[in-house]
Amino acid sequence: MREFSDNKTEVIVVGGGPAGISAAITIARAGHEVVLIERGSFAGSKNVFGGAIYAQPMREIFPDFEREAPIERLNVAHKYAILSDDESTVISYRHKDVENPSYSVIRGKFDRWMAEQAKKEGVILVEETVVRELLIENEKVVGVKTELEEYFANIVILADGVNSLLAKQIGFRDTIEPKDVALSVKEVIKLNRETINERFNLADDEGCIYELFGGPMLGMLGLGFIYTNKESVSIGLGVGLDALAEKNLKPYELLDALKSHPTIAPLIKGGELLEYSAHLIPEGGYKKLPTLFGAGVMIAGDAAMMVNNLHWEGTNLAMISGKIAGETAVRALARGDFSEKMLSRYQKDLENSFVMKDLKTYRNLMDEAHKRSESFMGYYMREVNGFFKMFTTVESIPKREKFRKFIFDFVKKRNIIELFKDANSAIKLLWSILIK
Amino acid sequence: MTLDDKLFTLKYRPDDVSHLRPDLEKCKECVSKVCTTICPAKVYEWSEAEDKLIINFENCLECGACRIVCEKKCLEWEYPKGTKGVTFKNG
Repeated sequence: MREFSDNKTEVIVVGGGPAGISAAITIARAGHEVVLIERGSFAGSKNVFGGAIYAQPMREIFPDFEREAPIERLNVAHKYAILSDDESTVISYRHKDVENPSYSVIRGKFDRWMAEQAKKEGVILVEETVVRELLIENEKVVGVKTELEEYFANIVILADGVNSLLAKQIGFRDTIEPKDVALSVKEVIKLNRETINERFNLADDEGCIYELFGGPMLGMLGLGFIYTNKESVSIGLGVGLDALAEKNLKPYELLDALKSHPTIAPLIKGGELLEYSAHLIPEGGYKKLPTLFGAGVMIAGDAAMMVNNLHWEGTNLAMISGKIAGETAVRALARGDFSEKMLSRYQKDLENSFVMKDLKTYRNLMDEAHKRSESFMGYYMREVNGFFKMFTTVESIPKREKFRKFIFDFVKKRNIIELFKDANSAIKLLWSILIK
Repeated sequence: MTLDDKLFTLKYRPDDVSHLRPDLEKCKECVSKVCTTICPAKVYEWSEAEDKLIINFENCLECGACRIVCEKKCLEWEYPKGTKGVTFKNG
């Protein structure tokens, strides 16, 4: 193992999460010296996500991770539950995909494992160290300043997470607005394996992902989730910071309300709380991407707002953007050129990858979702449950009368202008997603 | 289960000094005091008796929500020192 002795190295990566580890290991594998600086006591100790990781992008960095890494369960069931006050409609898709599965993992274990692998492959891991600022000389980033010392490098890769104070320091992005992030709170609840398998209809190490719409978040841009781990379930929610602030809501009270919903409560009944946590999720999307590169610097993962919020993807974007940043650094090192022009290759390669293409596809999503959150996340959610209530209730009223009343009420409750605006929004979104 | 019970599940290594430094004079003028509701760890509490914002920084989960919603934009926010703050084992 190499030591980080003389305060000068080839590349410094700030942040030992999925983006930073991917960048660092890519550089080490090419034979260069790279220092990965993590502020927590171990990689993963400050990280929180839903969560699931996806096998295909993971294999791009760690081809054998499925045999070696601390994985919880292989997800076979995806459930989408629309909750209103005491009702729910659940859609369930089940398929055991062993080709391209997703796995539930716990970041505290998984990121720590990834960082260990990175160390084995030559990355110099420095933990318990906060980078306070970037060092700049002649408009080029030349290193970092920690609490104790200054360290110099040809390239610095910022993978310092959603709050990226460093991106802000060098003017790569404006102040984050409340509508550009969601606040997520999560509880990991201990339950034994048999109980989890019974309650979620699973066998062995199969897992289930629940996406929860509505409930205490009705009308707000927010979502709940449940992931099954080996011997615990992770339950949480993420809600737009703007909505929480506007309505004066406490995030943990929303989660308590979600946990007590009649559809959810039986799933976690009798479980013991192992850990409570909170984290911000970048939600700004394509329109809020920061400047991604400059002389001697690149930015990847959450720090670059790379989250696909419709598909709940984040760690895969982080890992692939980290990998591309790493590859760009390797090219720059080969040429000894760390200029802005040389590192612009990072953005070009990102644009040719799914990372930027997906972010671009959904560029209008958050604007429309914010404008119409009351309808799409509130009114229609209620109406879905209302429809099934009407359809399943037997009350000796002729069916034609019931159908007509449902349609009449649907239009009347939501006046024509609002319906028109909703349709307009939906068409605009579909157009930008599917056509251009 | 109270929020204190939830926070009790976490491993903390508190610092002696706060990494959250609002301009307390500006906090007095703040209308919404939104930090007192939005914080997932109830770090901020308004004391009517003292007419002052109380900061339980040792409970901080380091999410950054307060920094972004602060109405008066008067919060100096930084990460705790490398050896301090919260540790998530199950994040």
